[in-house]
Amino acid sequence: MPLRAKVASSVSRTAAALSRAAGRGDGSVIGGWIGLKIDPDLLAHLSAGRAIALVSGTNGKTTTTRLTSAAVGVLGRVATNSFGANMPSGHTSALAKAGSTPYAVLEVDEHYLAQVLEATEPHVVALLNLSRDQLDRAKEVAMMAQLWRAALVRHTDVRVVANADDPLVVWAATPPGDPARGIKPPHVTWFSAGQRWHDDSWVCPECGSTIQRSGEQWWCTGCPLRRPEPHWVVEDEGVLDPSGAWHKVSLQLPGKVNLGNAATALAVAAEFGVRPVDAVSRLGIVTSVAGRYAQVDKDGRNIRLLLAKNPASWLEAFDMADEAPTLLSINARDPDGMDTSWLYDVDFAPLRGRQVLITGDRAYDLAVRLDVNDVPFQHVRTFDDALRAVPPGRLEVIANYTAFQDIRAELDRVI
Amino acid sequence: MSSESLRIVWIYPDLLSTYGDRGNALILARRARQRGMPVEVLEVRSDERLPATADIYLVGGGEDGPQALGAQRLLADGGLHRAVAQGSVVFGVCAGYQLLGTSFFAKGVQCRGLELLDLQSDRGETRAVGELAGEIDPRLGLPPLTGFENHGGRTHLGPEVSPLARVTAGVGNDGATEGAWRGKLLGTYSHGPALARNPALADLLLRWATGAHQLPPLDDTWSDRLRNERRSAVAAARA
Repeated sequence: MPLRAKVASSVSRTAAALSRAAGRGDGSVIGGWIGLKIDPDLLAHLSAGRAIALVSGTNGKTTTTRLTSAAVGVLGRVATNSFGANMPSGHTSALAKAGSTPYAVLEVDEHYLAQVLEATEPHVVALLNLSRDQLDRAKEVAMMAQLWRAALVRHTDVRVVANADDPLVVWAATPPGDPARGIKPPHVTWFSAGQRWHDDSWVCPECGSTIQRSGEQWWCTGCPLRRPEPHWVVEDEGVLDPSGAWHKVSLQLPGKVNLGNAATALAVAAEFGVRPVDAVSRLGIVTSVAGRYAQVDKDGRNIRLLLAKNPASWLEAFDMADEAPTLLSINARDPDGMDTSWLYDVDFAPLRGRQVLITGDRAYDLAVRLDVNDVPFQHVRTFDDALRAVPPGRLEVIANYTAFQDIRAELDRVI
Repeated sequence: MSSESLRIVWIYPDLLSTYGDRGNALILARRARQRGMPVEVLEVRSDERLPATADIYLVGGGEDGPQALGAQRLLADGGLHRAVAQGSVVFGVCAGYQLLGTSFFAKGVQCRGLELLDLQSDRGETRAVGELAGEIDPRLGLPPLTGFENHGGRTHLGPEVSPLARVTAGVGNDGATEGAWRGKLLGTYSHGPALARNPALADLLLRWATGAHQLPPLDDTWSDRLRNERRSAVAAARA
């Protein structure tokens, strides 16, 4: 590593340690930010010599990254940005902190995928899904797919692991090659993790025709784009691998969506030569991911934290949550997006019959939404008020990003 | 009303439903049912024929490609024009508002609109993103408009339409006026579930559709709190 990069890497680690010692944060961003100021190529320098997997998509990135790290860990030490700091400063911090490791698994914000592909030259990139998220500041969904596709055209040597159930992902993962210049399209391994949310993919990204669906199949009515045959499939409580062998997956994380994340992790690890039979037991070690799915006992209540940031992830949260009293908390601060319109893309009907409490900066937006949805609720001002309002036993908490962090802070930053 | 029940058509949810547009159909249906009116909500996809005999048509927001495609299909279908000729109500939001006019821009290209409202839209230099508020045309007798806007368009009104509101916060059409209306057609840049924050506007559409001069009041406690909170937030942001 060049001297400048060594200095930058060392300063970066020190800053991260200071940030943690001062109680100012996880230290997962600040160190990398300072390091990149000293050496803008630091991420590339830190990536050199490691076999890297990138994980990107609208939902499930953090959890899939965690599961993938566990699976790749069969082979040796893995550097990873496990706190969800998923922009280049976070990647830089994570790699600097980990020191020399043969492997790295990095969660990447979908907007930064092209940049991070360039800097890290990964062996594998996993593309999970694309759906509407914070449209007041994020790119429109179809434009995101276009950016991914354009990035992959420049990196046709990377191995792609992609979701066969999401038309936008399939299109993004299959840019045409250029035989005249000897460029082959990237090699893709397809997984099927199911997709509950379909409302961003009724229109073909290739030709604009309608996309039809029947069962798990989908196809464009105007061009050849259709669901590829997946190599990795969730089946019952396990995963079918490309050889047809079925592996039971016993996770501590709830819901079918996490079985899908486990299938993705096994598929990515297999690209490094990890056999699913060796990796599958390691997936069960993961209990919570940066507070997500964490369980805390307080005042006789067993509180479980579920993060839901956009319509697709709310549907998944309802699937994971038990039939128990449920607290919903909504903010609309900068990291959440300032627009609460997405509340109407979520059907809250699964909550009928449960005791529902609401809180957060934008509780009134939620109140109007639940009223229209015929879901009775009670508004509480604080998390403690919510605890007092429910009987002893399980309390499910479903919150969007900053609301989730607020509640996590009340519970001593549980991880 | 055209039949036994109030018929609401949500036009092309596969194309024109960027962010919570379903809310407007849900809110109209609920407010009608609470007054004892039977309601039918039809979601008509862009590969289906548009029925010409419904009472209220909703045209939602969309990205550039779907907006242009939606306008083309509506022009080819002709059902919305027949419905308007028969006196149906049309409520357009954001991209759906623009395409009711004579022309709009999508992906840098000028596209032909439905020519149902005398207005045309082009591109502003900046994108308008944030809270939108305004004093509504007094002839409509409604409390102030509140909403969230997210669009790159600027809309210029012709003499045959009236502005829906005079802007007090945000951009709307051009920083001075917001939205437009004529007869029983009304459009706004207050995007997505605009009626969630404006229940009186929902009731105006229901009155236009039913011919009722008044509707029994409903319990709007939560909407009122939401409106007050948003009004305070806009005032605080300005202070």
